[in-house]
Amino acid sequence: MIDFGGWELPVQYTGLMDEHLACRSACGMFDVSHMGEFVLKGPGAEGFLNFAITNDISKLSNNQAMYSVLCHSTGGAVDDLVVYRFEKDHFLIVVNAANTEKDFEHFKVLEAKVGNRFGDFELTNESSKYTQIALQGRFAEKILQTLCDVSLADIKTYWFKKGHVLDGRTEAVLARTGYTGEDGFEIYVDWNEGPRLWRALLETGAPLGLKPCGLGARDTLRLEMKYPLYGHELDDHTHPLEAGLGWVTKLAKEDFVGKEAISLAKSQPPRRALVGFKMVSKGIPRQGYGLVTENGESIGIVTSGTHSPSLKTAIGVGYVRPTFAPVGSKIFVDIRGQRAEAEVVQTPFYRRDY
Amino acid sequence: MSYPTEFKYTKDHEWARVEGTTVTVGITEHAQSALGDIVFVELPQPGRALRKGETFGVVESIKAVSDLYSPIDGTILEVNTSLAQDPSLINRSPHSDAWMVRMECPAIASADLMSASQYSEYVKSLQ
Repeated sequence: MIDFGGWELPVQYTGLMDEHLACRSACGMFDVSHMGEFVLKGPGAEGFLNFAITNDISKLSNNQAMYSVLCHSTGGAVDDLVVYRFEKDHFLIVVNAANTEKDFEHFKVLEAKVGNRFGDFELTNESSKYTQIALQGRFAEKILQTLCDVSLADIKTYWFKKGHVLDGRTEAVLARTGYTGEDGFEIYVDWNEGPRLWRALLETGAPLGLKPCGLGARDTLRLEMKYPLYGHELDDHTHPLEAGLGWVTKLAKEDFVGKEAISLAKSQPPRRALVGFKMVSKGIPRQGYGLVTENGESIGIVTSGTHSPSLKTAIGVGYVRPTFAPVGSKIFVDIRGQRAEAEVVQTPFYRRDY
Repeated sequence: MSYPTEFKYTKDHEWARVEGTTVTVGITEHAQSALGDIVFVELPQPGRALRKGETFGVVESIKAVSDLYSPIDGTILEVNTSLAQDPSLINRSPHSDAWMVRMECPAIASADLMSASQYSEYVKSLQ
């Protein structure tokens, strides 16, 4: 167990490798109740949220979710998050655990600044009211379907439904979202129902190969997809374009916090690019290791690295000078003073086969 | 977890088996368990002289990097080369097959190491 932003969480249950491969081949279950949840309600909710974040939620339908970045006016990322629209005036915002207080404060400062410009709304931090369980993998739908009363097959990726789980009376939000690269669901229930749902899923899923997965597997699974992790690929001084998140940064949107700075950055040659690479030499890249040329000249830094359980090789993600960004570029990782060769590759590193 | 009584132990979770002036070194059951799936190991070349407490190599699990510290002053005689091919042997057999280095150590008496029962207490105190 480790302390993760004040939450006591397991790095692994039975073993990281085992858990990772179970998620890839069958199903992995993650207790992600530590994630922060904010509820935003009122006629001004949509306008305010669309002003706060980089993606455009004005096109969202009810029961649809959207990934976005929350930026400072400098363009640096406060956090990345997922927005769920229940109604035109009712949203759920899910943020990183370690950033919950920081994000809430950021929203509140912004709220004070914009006043009534978008109409009335109320933002509340309801993180402690929700249990969130991520059920990820090819059998996720099959396992969850036996425990809920909505047709999961009808839920498309990044859509969700409200329904009931367990005895048919426990309210749940069932969202086809995730952070592993597998098909799967994120399930939100009342905090008090969490343990019961966890045990029921475990019991139903175990015969199909479901395993509970810890933070370790969550990290290696997301890394094989090159999904950014705040504190690694994203931070207060990184703008979304350089983190490869241009697809959720809608510069055509009328206005949003950070737009000016990000637009300016876009008009200039990029400082750096986020790439994925595979090790050619032996060794495992780790966050903070230098990226260098064959001659040892610094060209960037590793943001995440591991031994990939799916690829059975060492992989990494890092920022490099744009000239080293093309696929096939030969780069070197400074591993404890030794230069180890690596090659920039296509990402994601892993693609599911179903 | 049980720790062989014929070994000596360090606070950095290495074990040392003393036979005459030869010392065999590995990491403990507790160390492999805390690290998880070990996927990489880097060991020194024979002939290298080490001071007690000096870093002589690295083991890496998927999640973490951990330095290996020499339990004693000495010179590397032999390295377990099978570990490079199969680092997971350290998880499976930390106290026997996955020994890491053999050292020639002229001054074993000066080494200040723990007995199995002392180490066992030490591990308990960490939890």
